[in-house]
Amino acid sequence: MTTRQVGDVTVIDVVGRITLGEGASAFRDTIRELAANGKKKLLLNLAEVSYIDSSGIGEMVSGFTTVANQGGAVKLLNLTKRVRDLLQITKLYTVFEVFDDEAAAVRSFS
Amino acid sequence: MTLVLDSTLESVDIAEERVLSEAAQAGFDEDQQHHIGMSVRECMVNAVVHGNRYNARKKVTVSISRSAGRLEVIIADEGEGFDMSNLPDPLADENLLRHSGRGLLLMQAFMDEFQIRPHQPRGTEVRMVKYLGKNNH
Repeated sequence: MTTRQVGDVTVIDVVGRITLGEGASAFRDTIRELAANGKKKLLLNLAEVSYIDSSGIGEMVSGFTTVANQGGAVKLLNLTKRVRDLLQITKLYTVFEVFDDEAAAVRSFS
Repeated sequence: MTLVLDSTLESVDIAEERVLSEAAQAGFDEDQQHHIGMSVRECMVNAVVHGNRYNARKKVTVSISRSAGRLEVIIADEGEGFDMSNLPDPLADENLLRHSGRGLLLMQAFMDEFQIRPHQPRGTEVRMVKYLGKNNH
């Protein structure tokens, strides 16, 4: 998992498995650290996520609420079909803003 | 085939791998295998974390059976059991932002049959069946 700055938006390129244990913990720690450092515009690029379970989804939701409570936003970019299906099943597509184009996603924060 | 596994996260991976191996041999396609594997993972996490609470003295039993066009997985823990009617609805608006509580929903969405009942003498037993040729999502 790596982070990069595009203007005032922090893009988190998430890679691999986000499941209970190491994957979900690393994901949670990254978002918490960014939030603690005042980063309030987070864009999760999920293009390279191979697997996400309910624990990973839970961490995404926790990250969303943590940052929203600080007046910021967490948005999603490049969902795979499997992640998109999960958001449909869990109704979280009503919570997260989702983008397929990074530039459009970055612009949406302003 | 029956596996008797320790109450650890390693057991979650072991159960998922064994069931996926059976699913591949049964002829399920990649998406169906993903759904089966994820359902087993969610169920195993519930058994290890919420059921047996990582108790080293308690085991998780995984039974896998395969017949023409059908894969059945039964996962039982030795925990205190729980009342499903007391679980919050993860799709209710007021629960959408909860951190947890989506595992059962995913299992029910991904498998063709899903049953949960008390396991004797104690614990919870989940029975899940997937049929070849059906596609849930």
